[in-house]
Amino acid sequence: MAYSDKVVDHYENPRNVGSFGKDEAGVGTGLVGAPACGDVMKLQIKVSPEGIIEDAKFKTFGCGSAIASSSLVTEWVKGKTLEEAAAIKNTEIAQHLALPPVKIHCSVLAEDAIKAAISDYKAKSGGKTEAAE
Amino acid sequence: MTAVTQDKKQGIGNVRKMPIYLDYQATTPCDPRVVEAMLPWFTEKFGNPHSRNHAYGWESEEAVEKARAQVAAIIGADPKEVIFTSGATESNNLALKGVAHFYKDKKDHIITCVTEHKCVLDSARHLEQEGFKVTYLPVKQNGLIDLDQLRDAITDKTALVSIMAVNNEIGVIQPLAEIGAICREKGVFFHTDAAQAVGKIPLDVNEMKIDLLSVSGHKFYGPKGIGALYVRRRPRVRLQALINGGGQERGMRSGTLATPLCVGLGEACAIAQAEMGAETERLRMLRDRLYKGIMDQLPEVYLNGDFDQRIPGNLNLSFAYVEGEGLMMGIKDLAVSSGSACTSASLEPSYVLRALGVDIEMAHTSLRLGLGRFSTEEDVDQAVEHIVTSVKRLREMSPLWEMAQEGVDIKSIEWAEH
Repeated sequence: MAYSDKVVDHYENPRNVGSFGKDEAGVGTGLVGAPACGDVMKLQIKVSPEGIIEDAKFKTFGCGSAIASSSLVTEWVKGKTLEEAAAIKNTEIAQHLALPPVKIHCSVLAEDAIKAAISDYKAKSGGKTEAAE
Repeated sequence: MTAVTQDKKQGIGNVRKMPIYLDYQATTPCDPRVVEAMLPWFTEKFGNPHSRNHAYGWESEEAVEKARAQVAAIIGADPKEVIFTSGATESNNLALKGVAHFYKDKKDHIITCVTEHKCVLDSARHLEQEGFKVTYLPVKQNGLIDLDQLRDAITDKTALVSIMAVNNEIGVIQPLAEIGAICREKGVFFHTDAAQAVGKIPLDVNEMKIDLLSVSGHKFYGPKGIGALYVRRRPRVRLQALINGGGQERGMRSGTLATPLCVGLGEACAIAQAEMGAETERLRMLRDRLYKGIMDQLPEVYLNGDFDQRIPGNLNLSFAYVEGEGLMMGIKDLAVSSGSACTSASLEPSYVLRALGVDIEMAHTSLRLGLGRFSTEEDVDQAVEHIVTSVKRLREMSPLWEMAQEGVDIKSIEWAEH
């Protein structure tokens, strides 16, 4: 399968690979996918007291498109509010990376990872960021 | 090695640098000696081998019969027992459907195995739709069938047992002589798909009591588009033809023979037969070098399929916590295959690995590495380096590797399968 230049770039130079401590203040962790399906994404966001995503990190088990999708969303969520980040659609990810139809599920998973990280953050912080906004 | 192959490897001139070829179970290049033998039969020696009335026909017929004898020789058969086909897919279709159809009034059962090539499994499915009963034998964890299960599965309605000689994904060699003995004792025909075996391991249809055997040209340095089916004459195996017409190939496969392709297949057999001993040793050394190079540098790598009962040119490895397609992208300087779902149109990982009882997660992490006649020590050393580097890098990026390092049992997590 031929990959788009953007997928290759993210695969070869993935942005923001790594982990935050799960219990660190302001950190939300999303773990989506399943090993049996060949894709697992872990996306972590670090949210400022003002409710802005200051930093993001990922680790992904999966094909090049899955790695590229998760790498891309770590770039996209940075600097966004939780609401803005939650509004990122898989179609935007797929379009940006020029994913072929068989790889659309990778972008869906990346969207799910953002939502999972946000809800984990909210659950931990008891919803106080909403008040801050 | 030809000049062209050499140029491609080094990326000389305008030729794009090609990856190192490690996919010899998918196909092989034609040996230059095979091509040379074929060439005259395209141009000046173009006669129809079935033309009985002139010298053009006679010389082509002679070439085709020489090739038939070369094919027969590598499997210990009589040339009269070899018919040419378009390849192993056709041979397997003809063996299964041809035997089933011919004997259908008395027998309605065939036995095969879950790790067979798709063309055998799909032929069996079609026979099931026609009302035949098919038993799909499981395999043990090492990829081999259980002989007692085979013996128990045979009934007085069984027409045919079809068990492949060598598996295309994991390279394991089935116990052919033992299977042949059971089938002969029970009075059942034994067909083997030997597409991955011919030219790589010694085969003898009489010693192994094989009644039908499929051959594919392009799996052992012959041309694509040609294969053969061995059909035993004593005791006689009868087939209903799939392709009807002028009655060539003793009525079992009509159509004008492709003289150049037949000549190429014959030459490929002759070369493989002459060189098998030395080539097996050379490939085994390369394979061991590849295996050791990887295993010495990477933890949690697992071999799929039996190590000993295996052709020397195959390794199938699972690299835990690294997804196969992602890995292939990292080792783009190597041409290999993956058992991962993502490489195929379907999203299911390899059914062969699943049949061995390999966890579905581990099936996603597998690579097939195939070595062959033009593989070198340098190829192997480069492959080891690329694989080790990529696996290490991808494990650093893998959430599963991280969890495993932290002592989290990945199986204990409730994953949302998507």
